[in-house]
Amino acid sequence: MALQEPTALERFVNGILPENPVYRQLLGMCPTLAVTGGMKPAMTMAAATAFVLISANVIISLIRGLLRPHLRILVFTLTIATFVTIADRLLAAYLYQMSKELGPYVPLIIVNCLIISRCEICASKQGVATAASDAVGMSLGFALALASLATVREVLGTGTWFGLAVLPQSWPNWGIMVLPPGAFLTLGLLLGLAEWVGQKRRSGV
Amino acid sequence: MDTFITLIQIAVGAALINNFVLHYFVGICPFLGVSRRLGTAFGMGCAVTFVISVAAVLSWTFTYYILRPGAPLPQWVWQTLGGSSATTVDLSVLSYIMYIFVIAASVQFVEMYVRRFFPPLYKSFGVFLPLITTNCAILFACLEIMKHLQDPTKLWGLHEALTLAVFGGVGFTIAISMMAAIREELEMCDVPRPLRSAGIGLITAGIMAMAFMGFTGVDKGIENTLNLLLK
Repeated sequence: MALQEPTALERFVNGILPENPVYRQLLGMCPTLAVTGGMKPAMTMAAATAFVLISANVIISLIRGLLRPHLRILVFTLTIATFVTIADRLLAAYLYQMSKELGPYVPLIIVNCLIISRCEICASKQGVATAASDAVGMSLGFALALASLATVREVLGTGTWFGLAVLPQSWPNWGIMVLPPGAFLTLGLLLGLAEWVGQKRRSGV
Repeated sequence: MDTFITLIQIAVGAALINNFVLHYFVGICPFLGVSRRLGTAFGMGCAVTFVISVAAVLSWTFTYYILRPGAPLPQWVWQTLGGSSATTVDLSVLSYIMYIFVIAASVQFVEMYVRRFFPPLYKSFGVFLPLITTNCAILFACLEIMKHLQDPTKLWGLHEALTLAVFGGVGFTIAISMMAAIREELEMCDVPRPLRSAGIGLITAGIMAMAFMGFTGVDKGIENTLNLLLK
């Protein structure tokens, strides 16, 4: 083999920072922007995405010998859709209020390009252990990205973090931060920051 | 006349007030990825509008007759098999899988049809068609339509579903074309280096979203005006 496929450990580590799905690959932007008005919805979203990503990666890796090239995308999407249905029903059963708040963004996990790209890049080529550790790494990276965005937006927008007050009462809530424009502005600036840190580090070494 | 006013409200709501991209954040990938040139951006917008309308008609039909709680087809099958008529058959758990099938199939058919019968059109936006399968805007439109078919007392008709889809697509086209026009100008500007990749695009989108917030309440105004004019 000319190009060595990364091992399980490398896959896991890569997912968290070096190939962070949001900051490095710009994947899964739609939930990233939509549910990060507060930490609670963001973390629920991260958990639901992690569940779908890990299950789909494992299943795809198990059936990778049976995949046909022209049908593989369809198989990926149907597998993902099945797990999203399960996640959606579970949320509606145990976290009804949260599932109301997330609304259409739970079913929209189906078209999250992050999951489909992991199925394509990793799970359809490598064994179950590697696929699972890749999925866990990527989910952690995704959760980290959501958490960073949600922290900035919730603290500046409402003065709270996970619903607990962190800024003094006198803080004038920046209402715009929890509204759609705040999501775009914050993510734009955070991407710039991540890029700047990356450039610094590269030129420093 | 009330129907007409409702349709206008749905249209304005979908295209401007709750713009798919700038309010619901769906279709961000093409919005950031295919917005370097105005021509391609407009082509992408048209392709999305086209597919979204086809998918909306299909998903409305499937949801109305098969998937919604108490839909006629499964109810009939259930009763023919000897089930009691008091039970409501609800297949909505299958809807996500169904929608994905519908979207993938309609993209495939639209592509084949356009390639066979409108070659110039295919040249201008055919390349975007496969990309659209994973465009969340389409699935989002299907989900919105499904939401309005859950409550049996106020079901959406096909015309309402289609209006939402077409004007959602128009709103997407407006947003992506504006974005591309701004980006063409940005090429000449001295943007700080870390922001050059996607950062400046997102910040631009943020400012556009603020501008679009100004449309809030326009639908009420239009409704009042029309009521005055028509009565």
